[in-house]
Amino acid sequence: MAKTYPSFSSPTIDQVGAEERAARFTKRSIKKAAKVQALKLALNMVDLTTLEGADTPGKVQQLCQKALHPHLGYPGLPTTAAVCVYPTMVRVAKNLVKGSGVKVAAVATAFPSGQAPQDVKIRDTKYAVSEGADEVDMVISRGKFLSGEYEYVYDEIAAIKEACGKARLKVILETGELGTLDNIRKASDIAILAGADFIKTSTGKISPAATMPVTLVMLEAIRDYYFKTGTMIGMKPAGGIRTAKQAVHYLVMVRETLGQDWLTNQWFRFGASSLANNLILQLIKQRDGVYGSMDYISKD
Amino acid sequence: MAKRKTTIKTLAKKATQNGRSNGNGTPVRLAVQKTYKLYIGGAFPRTESGRYYKLKNNSNTLIANMCLGSRKDFRNSVVAARKAQGKWASRTAYNRSQILYRIAEMLEERRDQFIATLSDLGYTAKQAAREVDATVDRAVHYAGWADKYQQIYSAVNPVASAHFNFSVLEPMGVVAIFAPENHGLLGLASAIFPAICGGNAVVILASEKEATAAINFAEVLHTSDLPGGVVNILTGKRAELRDHFATHKDVNAFVYYGSNKADKKAIQTQAADNLKRPIFIDESDLFKNYHESPYRILATTETKTTWHPIASDMTGGGGAY
Amino acid sequence: MAKKNTSSPALNFATDWTYAPAPESTGHVEIKKQYNLFINGEFVKPSSKKYFDTINPATGEVLSKIAEANDKDVDKAVKAARKAYETVWSKMPAKERGKYVYRIARLIQERAREFSVIESLDGGKPIRESRDIDIPLAAAHFFYYAGWADKLPYAFPNAQVKPLGVAGQVIPWNFPLLMAAWKIAPALATGNTIVIKPAETTSLTALKLAELIQDAGLPPGVVNIVTGAGATGAAIVNHPDVDKIAFTGSTGVGKIIQRAVAGTDKKVTLELGGKAANIILEDAPIDQAVEGIINGIYFNQGHVCCAGSRLFVQESVAEEVIHKLKTRMETLIVGDPLDKNTDIGAINSQNQLKTIKEYIKIGKGEGAEFFQPSCALPKNGGFWCKPTLFTNTAQSHRIVQEEIFGPVLAVQTIRTVEEALTKANNTPYGLSAGVWTDKGSKIFRLTSKLKAGIIWANTFNKFDPTSPFGGYKESGFGREGGVAGLAAYLNVKG
Repeated sequence: MAKTYPSFSSPTIDQVGAEERAARFTKRSIKKAAKVQALKLALNMVDLTTLEGADTPGKVQQLCQKALHPHLGYPGLPTTAAVCVYPTMVRVAKNLVKGSGVKVAAVATAFPSGQAPQDVKIRDTKYAVSEGADEVDMVISRGKFLSGEYEYVYDEIAAIKEACGKARLKVILETGELGTLDNIRKASDIAILAGADFIKTSTGKISPAATMPVTLVMLEAIRDYYFKTGTMIGMKPAGGIRTAKQAVHYLVMVRETLGQDWLTNQWFRFGASSLANNLILQLIKQRDGVYGSMDYISKD
Repeated sequence: MAKRKTTIKTLAKKATQNGRSNGNGTPVRLAVQKTYKLYIGGAFPRTESGRYYKLKNNSNTLIANMCLGSRKDFRNSVVAARKAQGKWASRTAYNRSQILYRIAEMLEERRDQFIATLSDLGYTAKQAAREVDATVDRAVHYAGWADKYQQIYSAVNPVASAHFNFSVLEPMGVVAIFAPENHGLLGLASAIFPAICGGNAVVILASEKEATAAINFAEVLHTSDLPGGVVNILTGKRAELRDHFATHKDVNAFVYYGSNKADKKAIQTQAADNLKRPIFIDESDLFKNYHESPYRILATTETKTTWHPIASDMTGGGGAY
Repeated sequence: MAKKNTSSPALNFATDWTYAPAPESTGHVEIKKQYNLFINGEFVKPSSKKYFDTINPATGEVLSKIAEANDKDVDKAVKAARKAYETVWSKMPAKERGKYVYRIARLIQERAREFSVIESLDGGKPIRESRDIDIPLAAAHFFYYAGWADKLPYAFPNAQVKPLGVAGQVIPWNFPLLMAAWKIAPALATGNTIVIKPAETTSLTALKLAELIQDAGLPPGVVNIVTGAGATGAAIVNHPDVDKIAFTGSTGVGKIIQRAVAGTDKKVTLELGGKAANIILEDAPIDQAVEGIINGIYFNQGHVCCAGSRLFVQESVAEEVIHKLKTRMETLIVGDPLDKNTDIGAINSQNQLKTIKEYIKIGKGEGAEFFQPSCALPKNGGFWCKPTLFTNTAQSHRIVQEEIFGPVLAVQTIRTVEEALTKANNTPYGLSAGVWTDKGSKIFRLTSKLKAGIIWANTFNKFDPTSPFGGYKESGFGREGGVAGLAAYLNVKG
């Protein structure tokens, strides 16, 4: 362990103020060309996800097909950013998306609970990377965090980062279990300092998952780190973002909190399963001028 | 020369009352006369102007030479009041309550003295006793309010947002007062009590014609644990001091007892300079209930409203994939 | 190697993805070519026969012509109000009175969109604000006070309360309908009748309110709306048969009114200017504080009497706060008030723009450091001003002492809480103040020592009908809103 727990202090967060600010982004009215541009951008930021006990190579194959060709009836649509699967499905996915630019992300470290010994988590990570994962989505040890063992959390993230090698590390805070925005900010800072390339809200297995105020607080942690160091960190809200309208609100938030450089799937992702189709539905509406139906869009 | 004679006569009479007489009107022992001064910042200074006016009773008998308070005496009083006000307002309500009650105790003990003072001023014994008793009771009344009026007249306001919002009453600050011209004791006290009960500091001009009662009352205040400067008492003439009271920019409110139309107009006009609050109170029948009311405390308070966010459960939005 | 203490890298808000124009539709809005005076339940021509233009400050275009009421018209309005008071309004059961006020609240809610658009057209404020704040709050104010009508004895235990009679009300241009609601709602609920004058640059929503009052079936003369400039206001203030003057506006005019009513029995409440301190301590929730600063000074183009126009930042966080503030200012959108994405609309009038520009010049002249974001301003006949920040200011600067009533913030640093308190209170004004800190005991220390009528702790510029509003010292006297707001329109004997 080369890195030692740094001295830092996280700013306090006033929840009501953060909620008000987050709500303010939802008041932006995004119309016409700006909307089409946002919908395409959002689609290109989706980590198309399947994380079920029942996942099979067949299911993953369909998912990858969707990632590469979101909708045949709309030529020129971007691909999604990545597919996000369990480590055992990485090889299947990797073969399917090869050469497309679509990344394969693997959840690792005893996802979603994170309740496993550290060496198991490291093996889990190494396995995912060895199977070809471009990105690793790890979970932090929330129990340790909530009992005040911040150094443990920090060290673990640093260890996983090391295990990732060239794969980019997304650190899932599971914000729905952290209780307060103060904790979320602190966990964000720990993850960033420990080496996270991305910070991510949720596993999608716990409610509430991603919310605007939570994401805002994490974006502000990213911004503050950028102000201090000039280093960019990515952000991935995950879980609960199902509609195009929500996605556009998030993009507004990214735009007005971090600006141009983060408005790309290199630095911002949506962890979602059903969002892609809703984005497509809205894109068709914008193009054709009439409301569409899910019957015309493939559900994979 | 006639006046001079009266004076000597009065003094002789007082000497007889207070000292011992040998039966033929010649005192065995000459009583000591009291010099009436002002009450400023917890001290009893003479007027800086060196001027005086003769206070006489109804039968034109000289009672005392009173200080003819000046503009500078007023200025000094405002400085003393401003200095004392913050700390006075920061005292606990319980403490302010006890001090007001202490005033009642001190006055009750000096009941006979004040009956004598008022009798000198022309009150019948019965009137004087009624006045003193009412003043004691009024102090007790306001003592009780000190830790209660906030409870009744403050508010928690149910705003339609995620905020805790409450309104409390704060003192206006330095309150200048023209005491009622009648009832030199009860009137003065009725003006002082609600103002200090609410945490203000007071500069009050006593009734010109019953000013001895006011300065004697200052001695009561002085021995009641009331911090110096919280109440400052001037004696003098309304006509001389009115404009200074009304224009002083470090005065937050001007409480005027009376009904003189020219005074009212001048005060309202001049108060606009710093928007001090002009408050006019009918001084008729000081024994009436409305001179003994929490609404009189409210008259020299400001409503302050404070907002603070209330965090709710973080449940909004989101969910599983 | 030790990290260099260089300035923070900037974020790039000139994004490839920008927001397309999103103008609110004006299709459903009816603005007549000309408006008359609303007296005794009818629209009547002014005896002056004069009309003045009301313009859209975002374009300079004339929206409508507004009648100018002279002494004669005001007299007619006062007589109508007196008659309505004596024959109808004071005799009506309180419960019925309340129901009329409820009706007004409901009608405003029904026509909220129309009112919002007109408010933004006539006054220049962003549609987001008129839609989300001004109009809903105006309706809420009527709704709140409606319910008081039959409950007044409970508000003043053991006292006798009586309405005052005819209330003369003069309101400003910064929140036209909302200020009308603040004045009319409590006056009606307490049983008074009204002659009210909107500001000359923003009469339209008051006149639409007159239409709505007709629709509500209010007895003629209970509410009279006379339009005009200062002379019309003076006619109301000086009218001998008016029992109450309620004024919201500048401290200068407030003083003139106070002097004008001297010697009369008119009861007066004044809601005047301010120069609020917004205090950011080192343990503040910084990002929310930055948002509070923005909201405190750039809300409604800074045309807000309680605006947090003096910022005090503790030195240890000053650099961070100012950097974040400037960053945040880069994302503010200045432009078409009717665009739903506009954050800062048009300055209300040419005159006000001139005043603001003059103060910006003064600030520069005083040596303060000047900052404006790089946003574009519309190039048309409208009145525009970028959000403005002055750092390195001092208590002795005019831009720190005087109310600018525009989007101009003056920043000072402080070292201790004590210093913050001293400087915050070092002003003849006392309307509002803001405090940002995470520590409860510190919040209460500051909120109890600040000499102002409204204190926002860890928030700013919040309003609610249940929450009293009004100042200390030269910010005026009397309260509007809440239980305290009732006393302004009642004779309380107890």
